[in-house]
Amino acid sequence: MNRRVILALSAALLMGATAVQAQDAAKIAMVAELSGAGAPAGTNWRDGIKIAIEEINAAGGILGKQVEVSEYDTQTDPQVSRAMVQKAIDEGAFAILGTIYSGSTLVNMLVAQQNEIPQFVGSEAPTIVQKGNPFVFRTSSGSQKGVPALVPYFTDTLKAKKVAVAWVNNEFGKGGRDVFTAEMEKAGIEIVTDVPSEQGATDYASDVSKLKESGAEAVFVYMNQEEAARFLIEAKKQGLSMPLVGEVTLTEAKVIELAGGAAEGAIAHVGVTATATDIPGIAEFNEKFVAQFKRNPTHDAIKGYIGAWATKYVTEKVGEFDGAKFAETMKNLCLPVAEYPKMLLDTCWDETGEMSRPSFMVQVKDGKPVVIGTVPAN
Amino acid sequence: MSQFLQVLLSGLATGSIYALVAIGFTLVWQAAQTVNFAQGEFVMVPAFFVLVGTNILGFPLALSLGLALLLAIALLGAVFKKLVVDPILPSGGISLIIATMALGILLRESVKEFYGAEAQPFPAMFPTNPINVFGAVVSMQDMLNLLISLAVVVVLTLFLNRTRTGRSMQAAAQNPAVAEILGVNVKRMVMYAFLINAALAALASFLITPVYLAKFSNGETLGLVAFIAAIVGGFNQIRGALVGGLLIGVLDNLVATYVTAEYRAALPLILLIFIILVRPQGIMGTSEGRAV
Repeated sequence: MNRRVILALSAALLMGATAVQAQDAAKIAMVAELSGAGAPAGTNWRDGIKIAIEEINAAGGILGKQVEVSEYDTQTDPQVSRAMVQKAIDEGAFAILGTIYSGSTLVNMLVAQQNEIPQFVGSEAPTIVQKGNPFVFRTSSGSQKGVPALVPYFTDTLKAKKVAVAWVNNEFGKGGRDVFTAEMEKAGIEIVTDVPSEQGATDYASDVSKLKESGAEAVFVYMNQEEAARFLIEAKKQGLSMPLVGEVTLTEAKVIELAGGAAEGAIAHVGVTATATDIPGIAEFNEKFVAQFKRNPTHDAIKGYIGAWATKYVTEKVGEFDGAKFAETMKNLCLPVAEYPKMLLDTCWDETGEMSRPSFMVQVKDGKPVVIGTVPAN
Repeated sequence: MSQFLQVLLSGLATGSIYALVAIGFTLVWQAAQTVNFAQGEFVMVPAFFVLVGTNILGFPLALSLGLALLLAIALLGAVFKKLVVDPILPSGGISLIIATMALGILLRESVKEFYGAEAQPFPAMFPTNPINVFGAVVSMQDMLNLLISLAVVVVLTLFLNRTRTGRSMQAAAQNPAVAEILGVNVKRMVMYAFLINAALAALASFLITPVYLAKFSNGETLGLVAFIAAIVGGFNQIRGALVGGLLIGVLDNLVATYVTAEYRAALPLILLIFIILVRPQGIMGTSEGRAV
């Protein structure tokens, strides 16, 4: 009898303790591309968030509550991502971090919007913030802001008159390609060849061959990580000699790791880079990431980190876990790094959720991305 | 003209690797009258054996390649035949086909679980420097891939046609009962076919992964394209698989360069439908009889 009573009391205490713990935790959902073509981006995004959440919890959590992060894998499939966002909300998440692939975000952000849940995304397609969704916020500039920052490099540094575009035919690639084409037209530079390729493509022989014959003086490469690496490998195989200039992904650590020597000399404009180690916050993040995960972080890792910290800062500005008030506070909000050091750089959002902050020009030298210039916030 | 030559050579190099995988389909079909739908995964897995050797065990590349080849022959050849083919084949070819599909999923998910979902860099066996071939700039790697694949096919053909063991394999494929009566060890000959298939898959893996990068999902497309190559060329002829592989490799590159790159994934399927309508036995295949 005594044994039964003790057992029942223990079970009740355990359940009670679990319930109290669950009630006390602030739940954030990390919905990202942990497998499939987007895995390099998604896993970095996840690991950046992990570091941020450890720091946030060590600093007392959000509004005094410890933060609990649940991981949801979209498998780089837009429909799965939608289901995962719904699942995350059903399980009590007060904020969503992800997704990264624009094609997925465009589908799943409607679910977060309907439930009035704030969502920080790593996506860069212009359309994300053009749908009038007040609950979606970027963690880096969209391509309509990032790509124009490249124009001076083509006009002033390369003095190019004819350029070619090689892009991945998905929402991300199409967005970047459209902005680049429009910007080149404005700058009076002719696009002589336009080469789309499919997501997950493995053979770039014909694409590179077309670029070689195009007469272009430089190539704008706008692809996801694995595709960019395969493209660079093929470009080296065929001796493509013109400058390869990209936005964000082309000089990423993962691309350099995959492409090896073929990435040498590639140039890109990046919203944020772990190699900008003269910025104290980025140097500290870089150090922590390498120590914990034994690899270099990509810009997606920093984006995830910033997304998690922005969630804390803004929620504490609001003073309660309220999605509608969070969205209202985010409008035209600036988080200067002097006051909010974990944002790493002075960061602002406009009324659409678009972000602006200073950015960098990076070139691969001796197998490492090196900052070759800074671009002011536009 | 130089662009045409460059695209042609690149297509031949890729096509020759498809051919190696397609020949594997042919060999297994002839030996066991079944289709191995895990063939694409048989190409994906050896690359990860190499990565385990170089990255985890710290072996030099050459040793890792050698060990990976032996491991592939043992696991994807002998163990596959003993544990999957032998017990299921008596239930019929369809059961075995379904079993190979399941095996493909198992291999894919196991690699994903063990090594991760991200693509991994894979060391090139040959220099990647570009060379000039009659005005076309192609890579040394592509040229050596093409030469090695073609040399392997020639050696395999000579082995099957000119050696006693090869002719015994032919006899076992054509009429196992009569071959048995004539003293051929049919079981052993069938085992040889599976071992050769595993070796070809491993070789294809070592040649193509430096370009495709090592990834758990690599087998999906590769297996499908090689399967189509085997049908297009003629499922019951090695030379058919060679022709099918080269044809798809070259046509894919030419269409992507001169017509459209957007529908290149559909090209093998269009070719497959065309061949089935016009010449169901394949370009080099025969409508009856089996020969390896």
